[in-house]
Amino acid sequence: MISNNKKILKKINNDIEYKYGFVSKIKEDSFPFGLNNDVIRNISLKKNEPEWLLNFRLKAFKYFEKLTKLNKTPLWPELTLPTINFDNICYFSKPQSVPKNIEDVDPELIETYKKLGIPIDEQKRISGVAVDAIFDSVSIATTFQKELEAFGIIFSSFSEAIANHPELVKKYLGRVVPYTDNFYSALNSSVFSDGSFCFIPANTKCPLELSTYFRINAANTGQFERTLIVAEENSTVSYLEGCTAPIRNNNQLHAAIVEIIALENACVKYSTVQNWYPGNKNGVGGILNYVTKRGICIGDFSKISWIQVEVGSAITWKYPSVILKGKNTTGEFFSIAMTNNYQQADTGTKMIHLGEGSSSSIISKGISSGFSKNSYRGMVKVLKNAKNAKNYSQCDSLILGDMCGGHTFPVIVSYNDSTQIEHEASTSKLSEDRIFYCQQRGLSKEDAVHLIIHGFCKSVLNNLPMEFAVETRKLLFLTLDDIVF
Amino acid sequence: MNLIIKDLYVSINKKNILKGVNLIVPQGKIHAIMGPNGSGKSTLSLALAGYPAYVIKSGSILLNGNNITHLTPHNRAKKGLFLAFQYPLEIPGVNNAYFLKTIVKTHVRYKDTGAVKIMSLIEEYMLKLGMSSDFLKRDVNEGFSGGEKKRNEILQMFMLKPSFSILDEIDSGLDIDALKFVSISIDRFLKENPKSSVILVTHYSHLFKYIKPQKIHILINGKIATSGDISLVQKLEKKGYQGLSN
Repeated sequence: MISNNKKILKKINNDIEYKYGFVSKIKEDSFPFGLNNDVIRNISLKKNEPEWLLNFRLKAFKYFEKLTKLNKTPLWPELTLPTINFDNICYFSKPQSVPKNIEDVDPELIETYKKLGIPIDEQKRISGVAVDAIFDSVSIATTFQKELEAFGIIFSSFSEAIANHPELVKKYLGRVVPYTDNFYSALNSSVFSDGSFCFIPANTKCPLELSTYFRINAANTGQFERTLIVAEENSTVSYLEGCTAPIRNNNQLHAAIVEIIALENACVKYSTVQNWYPGNKNGVGGILNYVTKRGICIGDFSKISWIQVEVGSAITWKYPSVILKGKNTTGEFFSIAMTNNYQQADTGTKMIHLGEGSSSSIISKGISSGFSKNSYRGMVKVLKNAKNAKNYSQCDSLILGDMCGGHTFPVIVSYNDSTQIEHEASTSKLSEDRIFYCQQRGLSKEDAVHLIIHGFCKSVLNNLPMEFAVETRKLLFLTLDDIVF
Repeated sequence: MNLIIKDLYVSINKKNILKGVNLIVPQGKIHAIMGPNGSGKSTLSLALAGYPAYVIKSGSILLNGNNITHLTPHNRAKKGLFLAFQYPLEIPGVNNAYFLKTIVKTHVRYKDTGAVKIMSLIEEYMLKLGMSSDFLKRDVNEGFSGGEKKRNEILQMFMLKPSFSILDEIDSGLDIDALKFVSISIDRFLKENPKSSVILVTHYSHLFKYIKPQKIHILINGKIATSGDISLVQKLEKKGYQGLSN
């Protein structure tokens, strides 16, 4: 059986080059398959959670069950969705040895993260970047914690935050994304295992880039993490998440929630480089990525920016959104989504303007090829009290090949005649003439295509934190070369 | 050092456009190719540069003794072939300064030249070509006027110093002043680089006021119908292409 699996793996490996498709040999404790009240109680018990949190989970699960009975999986996206048997998934899996501090981390785990380009051991930490490393259902290490503490900044795994700062978690959990929000938020709220928690106190500029690195390793295990970021008055933080998973020939579920709360004059930038295993070239396997991300600009003059580069996953379903509640608040969404083979992406944003003078910008770049589907879905909603609100949206699709689809579904709703809304959209093919022009000046075809695509994506790439910009470009071009050449 | 085109047949979408072109352009010479619409002038320019849609059915192109007939476009460019486009392409999101630096670095001439030196060279030539420094901040050819686009082509020619340039209707879309400026700039390039050769592809003779070709070839129906010195232009102006082909 094992050798058979290996053969299959090898075969898939040959199909496409996915650099992060290896499996780590880590002994893990995994729950038996299935989802019921006992599983939820067990997760909560494993994590020593307070009763209010268990109750939160159970309520969420009750709601999830109701939705399941009513068959309420969201069917509106431009996606062909596989049927997920929620009883055929393991909801909790963690390495047997979870260390108390970084020195005790299993060398195999350190090796895993090294291979992923994320060193977590003390000596080799990436300077200027604090990392929380999440492996399947648990956080295994968080770097630079002590250094950050000196500034009053809390950056820890979600479990630690529940143990050490229950009052903060209780105050903000589910405040932006209630479990009733949608099908997958109900699921996540029932079974979430770990994630990152980040709290920036008032008048503090976080001196490091914070980042979480999500890795799915165990087979048939779902990853359900939660991230909660609270930025108090006049604080600033930049946060990045990265994701990879081994190559497997069945789908794996990833359903996450990210909540951001920005108080007065706070500024939060959240970047994602999503490179989950996309499935092979025939569309077998890959991560099903159902994510609810939302931030709220509660305080006046606060700002939340979402930046995402989505190249992985068999299915991507995510709409990082901003509720602009305070006056003169700003919401931003910058996205590059690249799909190939049978990948499907339905992604975009919602900008909900409640506050006077609030403004939002949306820049979305979709690149599709193979038999993939790539959709931008967005909503800009301006409510009655949001006088003089502004929005600018630009959605560009680049089509490589003639069997793929690029779609745009923008919805604009305004209850206010002082609103200023602009929307631009374009769809184009990779121009042979442009490539030839660059070639005529001495660039190889590869370099010419890189230059043109880079130009296409520039307005998004420029917003990524410096520390990650180079790596992200490389990732983008690696994926691209697979498509074009 | 020269360009030799031997019995070149080129087709696009199975339609034959060039039907046996023979041409020799020696080192340091200026030749002009003229011809009516649809005679194959642009096809010849693009085929020489290796445009993928143009299929070379037979014949050969020798540049400085190298057979470049089947080379990729960028390898032809590296061997010293330059094509100034009739319609230079826009590349949105790509900064002109970055583009210039990038293309220059692909050429052997600049292999050991540092970025700062390259930038100062670019600025020097821009000054000569009367281009304001905001050219560098804009995206490649995006929102450029016709004249600005042509100047940008000439700037690249100055930087790359090709041994062989094809200027495809460099005079089209230019007003009188721009035409004069662009022509004088090309003339200056040739004086500074006396070993470079040029093919001027054009409909009209007004370019010859500033740049004097040593030889004129008339391309009609995919073949060189006749060649001669500058006096051919007067005949052409009297009789038209129709008259010359008979």
